Amino acid sequence: MKPLTPRRLVLICGGLLVVLLAVVLLSLKLGAVPISITDLVMSLWNTAVHGAPLPSEYRLFIFELRLPRILLGILVGASLAVAGAGFQALLRNPLADPYVLGVSSGAALGAILSLVIATRATIATPVAAFAGAGATIAIVYLLGRRNGQIDSYTLLLAGIITASFLSAVIMFLMTTLTGRDLRGMAFWLMGDLSTPLPVEMKWLFIVAAVAVGFIYTTAADLNLLLTGEQEAVHLGVDVKRVKLVVYVSASLLTGLAVSVSGAIGYVGLVVPHIVRLLFGSDYRLLIPATAIGGAIAVVVADTLARIVVAPTELPVGAMTAMAGAPLFLYLLRRRLQ
Amino acid sequence: MNPGTQPVATLRGPATPHGAVRLTVESASYSYTPVGRKASAFSLEATTFQAHQRELIAVLGPNASGKSTLLRLLSGLVKPLSGRVQLDGHEVSQLEPRTRAQRIAVVHQESPLLFPMRVWEYVLLGRHPYGRTLRLETPADLDIVQQSLTLVAAAHLRDRWMGEISGGEKQRVVLARALAQQPLLLLLDEPTLHLDIAAQVELLRRLRRLAAEGRYTVIVVTHELNLAAEFADQVVLLHRGKPLRVGTPAEVYRRDLLQQVFATELDVETGADGLPRVRVRGRERFDAPQPGTA
Repeated sequence: MKPLTPRRLVLICGGLLVVLLAVVLLSLKLGAVPISITDLVMSLWNTAVHGAPLPSEYRLFIFELRLPRILLGILVGASLAVAGAGFQALLRNPLADPYVLGVSSGAALGAILSLVIATRATIATPVAAFAGAGATIAIVYLLGRRNGQIDSYTLLLAGIITASFLSAVIMFLMTTLTGRDLRGMAFWLMGDLSTPLPVEMKWLFIVAAVAVGFIYTTAADLNLLLTGEQEAVHLGVDVKRVKLVVYVSASLLTGLAVSVSGAIGYVGLVVPHIVRLLFGSDYRLLIPATAIGGAIAVVVADTLARIVVAPTELPVGAMTAMAGAPLFLYLLRRRLQ
Repeated sequence: MNPGTQPVATLRGPATPHGAVRLTVESASYSYTPVGRKASAFSLEATTFQAHQRELIAVLGPNASGKSTLLRLLSGLVKPLSGRVQLDGHEVSQLEPRTRAQRIAVVHQESPLLFPMRVWEYVLLGRHPYGRTLRLETPADLDIVQQSLTLVAAAHLRDRWMGEISGGEKQRVVLARALAQQPLLLLLDEPTLHLDIAAQVELLRRLRRLAAEGRYTVIVVTHELNLAAEFADQVVLLHRGKPLRVGTPAEVYRRDLLQQVFATELDVETGADGLPRVRVRGRERFDAPQPGTA
């Protein structure tokens, strides 16, 4: 018997943070203009410790181009991965993912509608994306029920069809709104990290941290919810409260991520799955490990998206879908057997 | 003294061998309309019985007789429309979810696990009602897990996966989780379903022993008339939402009553130990001998 101890929790999360740091450094180094990693670390060290000014070419590449994008990748990856883990427990379906369930498309539609009205990304964009995410998951949940019970496959099908419908609506809006920045809007469909932010980065991080924190307070309850709702009630879980907290927080995280990056798919599916394989399915460890793992995944995917066809770039959503969609199919087929 | 004003507990006198009254169900009724299609409103009429410490009670009745509804009332999931369901003087539906889980453990027919889990992890979930925020387990919790597994003779299964143990073993592990809750009241919903006869007898024997030694009150919902007669101190017989009879198996097992309730031909015999036995009449009676057997 090896139960979860604070030590194990700290060790695993610390280890993952080290990996994240390495990935961030690598991502800072790689790109159309290569920077040697020793130079990079030395310069950062000198600046941080001795107050020496950074060489100006570093300042441009690191602080103005690459670092904001990496930070955004961390934010989006952590948000989507934790939202995925949350939806999986909420819907008792290990294949749940904001993108597959159409929640990302709903958030994108909300964000686009806010842009249609306001013409420019503002604080209204993430709020509208949150509303779109919340409304979509509620609809998919209702469509995914059979005889008053939630049915795994009906739910997935309802999500996929809803996503397809919402994408069509987004296409319609984009086509009828010609004259606006089409490339800027196209990223809602494929996911992209190079768009200007509606609000300051730090606010996005604060809101995401609060939402992840809320989900984390229910971690022990989610473990019980996975053994069955009825069982959870008998073991003292306030199921209604837990579901509401997870529903609101996961929708918020999805809305936040989509409003700044478009629909980056499968992060919420792949990352929790790999974390479970490595460290088990205890949500008290899964939530923080998934947050860091999601950050790693999206930073890696975006770095690849930047360099594989340099000097052109791929949308990061294309990278995650290429890795995530086959895994989704594999998991689905294994469940059907 | 006017007997009408006495607490119900003393009406039958103190002559019970089982200890103090633990659960009082007094004219408890319930009614609901299921969400699904076709099913009509269902009700359980005023039900009254008492359960003592160390007592094993069987709830019997055909399908749709109200057994599950009674179980929901007893576990505090729903509030009775009228009457009371009290555990040691506290109305069970009013208890905080966690307090209730510290006092009442419910074992249901199995529900599928979403992600693989080890046996010890599963039993450890029974300690959830006692935890604090995040509920990281203490060594004391692990001791209780070990003891609970030992009580159901499943200590050797501790490090196995839930998915790879047999049905009978799984039933014991689920029971161990209920024991890890350290409850006063143990409710089981058809625990013998899917078990072979040896495992059924073993389970009920174990429940009897647990009730006696651990001072639990055990209530079992079951279809097994003969197992109930063998192991239960009291039987509650339900039929179409009505409590027909409450009493010892010998008092409740009347041929006409059982035939009416289960709508099939049955014989009730009394064994040498004074316990009733139910026999089904499966074969048609042919007076003429079968050809070729003479």
